[in-house]
Amino acid sequence: MIGDLASHFLTHWNYLGCITLMMIGLYIAISRGNLVKKIMGINIFQASVILLYVSMGKVAGGTAPILMEGRPEVVYSNPLPHVLMLTAIVVGVASTALGLALVVRIKEAYETVEEDEIVALDRAEDEKDFAALSREEAAEGGVG
Amino acid sequence: MTDAASTHHVAEAGLAFADHLPALQVLLPLLGAPLCFLLRKEAIASAFTVAISFACLAISMTLLGQTMDGQIIVYEFGGWPRPFGIEYRIDITNALVLVVVSLVAAVVFAAGTGQARRAIPVGREYLFYSAALLCLTGLLGVTITGDVFNVFVFLEISSLSSYILIALGRERRALMAAFTYLVMGTIGATFLLIGIGLMYQMTGTLNMVDMAERLEAVSDTRTILVAVSFVVVGISTKLAVFPLHQWLPNAYSEAPPIVSAFLAATATKVAYYLLIRFSLGLFGAALVFEKIGVDALLMPLSVLAMFVGSIAAIYQTDFKRLLAYSSIAQVGYMTLGLSLASEAGVAAGLIHLFNHALMKGALFLVAACVTWRMGATKIAMMRGLGQRMPLTMAALVAAGLALVGVPGTAGFVSKWALVSAALEQDQLFLAFLIMGSSILAVVYIWRLVEVVYFAEPDGEIEKKEAPLRLLIPTWILAGMTIWFGLFSGFSVEVAEAAAKQLFLGLAGGA
Repeated sequence: MIGDLASHFLTHWNYLGCITLMMIGLYIAISRGNLVKKIMGINIFQASVILLYVSMGKVAGGTAPILMEGRPEVVYSNPLPHVLMLTAIVVGVASTALGLALVVRIKEAYETVEEDEIVALDRAEDEKDFAALSREEAAEGGVG
Repeated sequence: MTDAASTHHVAEAGLAFADHLPALQVLLPLLGAPLCFLLRKEAIASAFTVAISFACLAISMTLLGQTMDGQIIVYEFGGWPRPFGIEYRIDITNALVLVVVSLVAAVVFAAGTGQARRAIPVGREYLFYSAALLCLTGLLGVTITGDVFNVFVFLEISSLSSYILIALGRERRALMAAFTYLVMGTIGATFLLIGIGLMYQMTGTLNMVDMAERLEAVSDTRTILVAVSFVVVGISTKLAVFPLHQWLPNAYSEAPPIVSAFLAATATKVAYYLLIRFSLGLFGAALVFEKIGVDALLMPLSVLAMFVGSIAAIYQTDFKRLLAYSSIAQVGYMTLGLSLASEAGVAAGLIHLFNHALMKGALFLVAACVTWRMGATKIAMMRGLGQRMPLTMAALVAAGLALVGVPGTAGFVSKWALVSAALEQDQLFLAFLIMGSSILAVVYIWRLVEVVYFAEPDGEIEKKEAPLRLLIPTWILAGMTIWFGLFSGFSVEVAEAAAKQLFLGLAGGA
């Protein structure tokens, strides 16, 4: 029983690696307050998906999918998931670049890349607005 | 009869122009985006963008006309039949969504020409138009394609360009709103990608029709169960279904108003279409609703969204933020329609998709007018605007009444359809909840009307409307909310035909 389970895990080690990376990436993206780290977490998350697709394209004993004429016994790996991942990599690069560009702009505007500090700055601004508003209202009430 | 004969002839000729409309629908804005980049001059780029969006509208109307009788248009790229090539596949449902997206794009881009000048540094406007056209490309592509991986690619094209558009907002908070949306949006899209991967693993195809056929045989496997959850959660993030909605209020309230008008009226609608397409078309109602019970999860979440969104909207101090929270509630109505898992329910969801796009587009354009006049959209600033901008504020009232669901407006038609769909299943309590949440909409719309018409304005009253290029598009959308309330034949007929076709399944309709 335990042997079965162990061999099951050992033969699916690539999927285990993929799920581990997935969880690490998602955890970083959610838990870290540093915006650059968030982007890196998403990067790891996306990389794990690439591993998932490449794993499913692998055929046991398969070779690179270049047709060999006169050798019908040769088994080939499935090239389609690899091609899909080329596109996914491009998408990943684009979103990482855009995310980092936004972080640069955020750093220029707030002078920090820590989420909690940015939230605190925004809140302080809100409170100032609110205080100004209630002062105004109080002044109006006084006149009325 | 003559129609069928002529389409047959076109297919034989092979090169007829009308035959390539599905490809042009996406290619026009896709090629337009880099061209805009090259045009540089603001006036030319904006005219070009508006021209392309109107061409897209004409194409989508033609496609809807062709599919209305139940015919399905299949366009094979490069003449490669499935499963080798990518095909575009248009039935009534996505033709309807194509019309909604391109209609809103045409009207909003026409209104946006003046707005862009205020939000963006001088000399950089062409970048705004490029991003807007790319976003349109992505949204149309997601809707039209019949290939699941293509869906992911187009979804990311539209998402990445919408992050750029949101980050153009005037305040620095817009950057943070765009960043949060980017994080949540990317996680959502990657979830969808994982789901698609698992589906491919079990079926060996990416074509929607082939996949739907083969999924039936493997629908018992754990892989497909996991795929359903990844796909549903991934799309729900994009759709802003209740607990996954956190990105929406900030994104829509910090973006330039013209961008909010475009995204609020299109992005969530396309995500809703995707949810319908994957759950009914690919996985099938039997798997998603009867076996997994997604409806049992979606229904309470939709009801929560209706109430939480509306209650949050009541307490907002900013007009755009109020509209954003109201959007969360309105998404709740749409997903509630799907969660009823009946033809009438899905039809109600689709009717609301159409109507809500018009109402929210109109209301965010009103916000654009207010921004033009006052510089911001704080509700406190809108005191007495009813006298200062009577035409704009009349549009606010018209679209606002539609949002509440007053008879004679489009909102009434969709709520009526939703309530009847609920009653059809003897869900009396649910029908009661739908009406209850409409009362909350009365509260937040009334708050606006009170400030606009009955509050003492500060300073002298100077009557000055927004410029016509902003006012006319606003009234086109606001007028349509009334038009489709009085003459609901078109929207109801299309949505019912679409729902009927959806329940036949992808293969059944072919």
